[in-house]
Amino acid sequence: MILNQFLLLAAVLFCVGVYGVLARRNGIMVLMSVELILNSVNINLVAFGAFRDHVAGEVFALFVIAVAAAEVGIGLAIVLMIYRNRRSIDLTEADLLKG
Amino acid sequence: MSSAGLLAAAASDGDLFVAQNVFFAVIAVVMIISAIRCVTTRNVVHAALWLVLVLAGTAAQFILLGSEFVAVTQVLVYIGAIIVLFLFGIMLTRASMGDDESVAGEKRLMAGLVAVLLAVVMGVALIDSYSDTRLVIEEPQRFSAVSDAIFSQYIVAFEAVSVLLLAALIGAIVVARKE
Amino acid sequence: MFAAALVAADETVAYGPSSTDSAGFFLDYAWLVPLLPALSFLVILLFGKRMRGGGAGLGIAAVSGSFVLSIGALITWFDHRDEAHEGVAAVHRSVGWLTSGGVTFDAGILLDGLSVMMLLVVTAVSLLVHIYSTDYVAGDSRYTHFFAFLSLFTATMLFFVLSDNTLQMIVGWELVGVCSFVLIGHWWEEKPNSDAALKAFLTNRVGDVGLLVGVSILFFAAGNTFDTLTLSERVNAGEVSHTALLAASLCLLAAVMSKSGQFILHTWLPDAMAGPTPVSALIHAATMVVAGIYMVARLYPVFWEGMSIAGSSINMLALVGAVTLLFGGLLAFTQNDIKKVLAYSTVSQLGYMVMALGVGAWTAAMFHLFTHAFFKACLFLGSGSVSHAVHSFDMKADMGGLRKAMPHTYRTFLVASLALMGLPPLAGFWSKDEILAGTGGWGFFGGTQANGAYTLMLVMGMLGSAVTAAYMTRVIYLTFFGEYRGHGQPHESGPRIIVPLYLLATVALLGGLVNMPKGFQLWPKAWQERFGHYFEPEAAYFPYIAHARPSWSLGIAATVVALAGAGAAWRYYFKAVASRSAASAQSLTEIDDGPVSRGGLPRAAHTTLVNKYYLDHLYNGVIVKAVKGPIAKAAYWINQRVIDAVVNTAGRRSVTAGRAVYDHVDQTLIDRIIVDGSGRASDATGENLRTIQTGKVQQYAAILFAAATILAGVFMLILSL
Repeated sequence: MILNQFLLLAAVLFCVGVYGVLARRNGIMVLMSVELILNSVNINLVAFGAFRDHVAGEVFALFVIAVAAAEVGIGLAIVLMIYRNRRSIDLTEADLLKG
Repeated sequence: MSSAGLLAAAASDGDLFVAQNVFFAVIAVVMIISAIRCVTTRNVVHAALWLVLVLAGTAAQFILLGSEFVAVTQVLVYIGAIIVLFLFGIMLTRASMGDDESVAGEKRLMAGLVAVLLAVVMGVALIDSYSDTRLVIEEPQRFSAVSDAIFSQYIVAFEAVSVLLLAALIGAIVVARKE
Repeated sequence: MFAAALVAADETVAYGPSSTDSAGFFLDYAWLVPLLPALSFLVILLFGKRMRGGGAGLGIAAVSGSFVLSIGALITWFDHRDEAHEGVAAVHRSVGWLTSGGVTFDAGILLDGLSVMMLLVVTAVSLLVHIYSTDYVAGDSRYTHFFAFLSLFTATMLFFVLSDNTLQMIVGWELVGVCSFVLIGHWWEEKPNSDAALKAFLTNRVGDVGLLVGVSILFFAAGNTFDTLTLSERVNAGEVSHTALLAASLCLLAAVMSKSGQFILHTWLPDAMAGPTPVSALIHAATMVVAGIYMVARLYPVFWEGMSIAGSSINMLALVGAVTLLFGGLLAFTQNDIKKVLAYSTVSQLGYMVMALGVGAWTAAMFHLFTHAFFKACLFLGSGSVSHAVHSFDMKADMGGLRKAMPHTYRTFLVASLALMGLPPLAGFWSKDEILAGTGGWGFFGGTQANGAYTLMLVMGMLGSAVTAAYMTRVIYLTFFGEYRGHGQPHESGPRIIVPLYLLATVALLGGLVNMPKGFQLWPKAWQERFGHYFEPEAAYFPYIAHARPSWSLGIAATVVALAGAGAAWRYYFKAVASRSAASAQSLTEIDDGPVSRGGLPRAAHTTLVNKYYLDHLYNGVIVKAVKGPIAKAAYWINQRVIDAVVNTAGRRSVTAGRAVYDHVDQTLIDRIIVDGSGRASDATGENLRTIQTGKVQQYAAILFAAATILAGVFMLILSL
């Protein structure tokens, strides 16, 4: 195996995730795409950990998983809140930041 | 950075780890297709199921990399908990049980451009830096090594994460509760 | 609370072994000074509502503790300084915080004359403001919250002052900014107040970028170090390139301009007066706004080398200060809100300090900072006392004749005003005179001989002192003389307001004595220039600065100029306006400021001043709107009309030509993909630019991702070249 096969796989997943975050209108879909991004980062961490034969990669992958769990919890709560206030989770309608 | 490229990269290795390379290539192709389906499908529930495939594939890659503990955690936390959370989220915002309204064309174009740009830059950087770096995995990481590291060297980070989880728990309740 | 206590215990352990040679308890343990108010912040925030007195008592106790520790540090420092014969080493204690990429990030304290002086000023003013606030904000719905943040502000300011490295300074700098934001917006229910808080915060962000960039430049230029002492020593030894220092000092100057309210970024400071008056006194007059001055003083070698201060006659730092002191002072004339007058006065006095640093008069700048902190706090607290009595800040509509009703406030306010005007023998006279001497522009009777010949700065400083004297005379007339124009019967404030006023006025009266000029015949020789002796560093981390010679003739000239300014204003207000309003029984609100009624140039000048040089219009009306509207629209228009037209025409031509010359496939290719594609792409760009402020987060995210990717690509290209 070479290191790059994992890194390139992670890069592709990352880009797919970015596409999802930018293109989807559904708030829940955006959160799922964020999960994709976090996953690709985890692959990178673990691959480099294995490459350097160091435990830090795995440890941080675990931390990322924990943080991702927290992020999904909060994110879904926010989506629920938006849904309750607007009866829709279409992000294109949430434009209160308009300047 | 197509799957074909990955396959080629895996096949060109040509040493004793043929089985691992084949395994990697199959999983990688499944993951990429599922990921793309996940962000393009109209049905939100289907998207969640495609996401399960990607996450499971990631766990398989972790095993390939010799990180069994992370793989197990990945299955437990992601597939076991986070996906369920997503399904609950979809259920509670029932509007989108079925079709998600189609993605606007201009937005899709913009997002696609950004993603392709990102892929090109990252791909060039990776190929430039690690084009023939070999990855030799002698033996899997032992659970005890991971736990030792977490509870000695990274104890502060560990505590911080546990506080973060607690804060997220409280925060989610506060944000989502009815007035 | 327990967590904080644990941290404290940890620190004790960590500090124990690292202090190789003890410099005495008060200097070794100076980190206790910010820690006490920090703890009190946590306790008040968590338990304040349930405490008797809403947590105010605890805040006062903590700040008193800090004050006592600061006094201890001061006395220990005096001993330390007297023992050292040649130069004096700063007391530096630090612990490694984290290591990354071979660079160690430290957290620590640095004590030398400068930080010890600042500790004293911050804790003293903060203590008096705390006591004053117990009366002033009594009955407020967020009384506890107010005291919690007052404590936090004190803690963060002390943290900033004690920091031993530039990174820690950034942290302190941002924290005081946040506290300022919270306290300006204390009464956020009213829109102007929350707007003012936002404006302060956002204007400060502009300068913060300068601070970040400046610190980064210094980090790399000085060989990967954040440590202030190492950095300064390397700069002093000439190991750092002049260009880098110039760039860094200009970036840091932007930070100073926003935090210390220097001209063109000063607009937030007068608006910040929307906060409660004690906050204005503590944060927006005496302490936080001098953070910029302190930063320049702390990193003085950088400015000294970067701006080439020695032997010059002009530089950016001095120019910014000089412009600010004059134009800020002029703005004070047209304000009717007593606090806004004082705010512009603060802007102007900060200009004096920046100018002094710019001309190399480091000690004079710090001395002025010291005296100004006390007399300006006194003025602000006095204005608070007045407004407490008349329930308004409007001098023209609701004040007048208050000297009989509020004799104590009147007396202290008068003393502080005279100090601000720079009349001898009050504190302001000595510090301002030292700044004027430090410009080195005075050439009569032997001159003053300083670091350069900054004649322009001397002239601006003189004019500024006349302006200061004039607007303060106006304030005193409108507030304390004439007939009372407000409603109800004003009463003198209670002792918790009066006592701090008297204490501050005492310092305003006598503060100048701590730094009598050298060779001043009327003062014992051993007591001359004590301030400079104890507080100006004499070490490898500080540049060699020439000291100006005091000049009798300059002192007299400065006094005459100030008296002339005061006299002109006195003649106008106490004679002309008083007789006019008595004769016509006309309310003062209808009386113009100065000779505006004559029209022409004076009126135009007046309008400009009322509109504050149109700076707010420039920022909101022109810059913000331009980015939001016309520029984006113009880009869209150009896309639509010019580029599209060109592309379409070219496309049509090429299609026509293609039909004639090429076969069908080629045509389709060119037409479809290149022409139409480029047309559509430019269309999309225009659309994106026009709708760049749609509020759609995903679009923002797309721009963010794209920009980050392009930047990464550019870096890769640069690195591979």
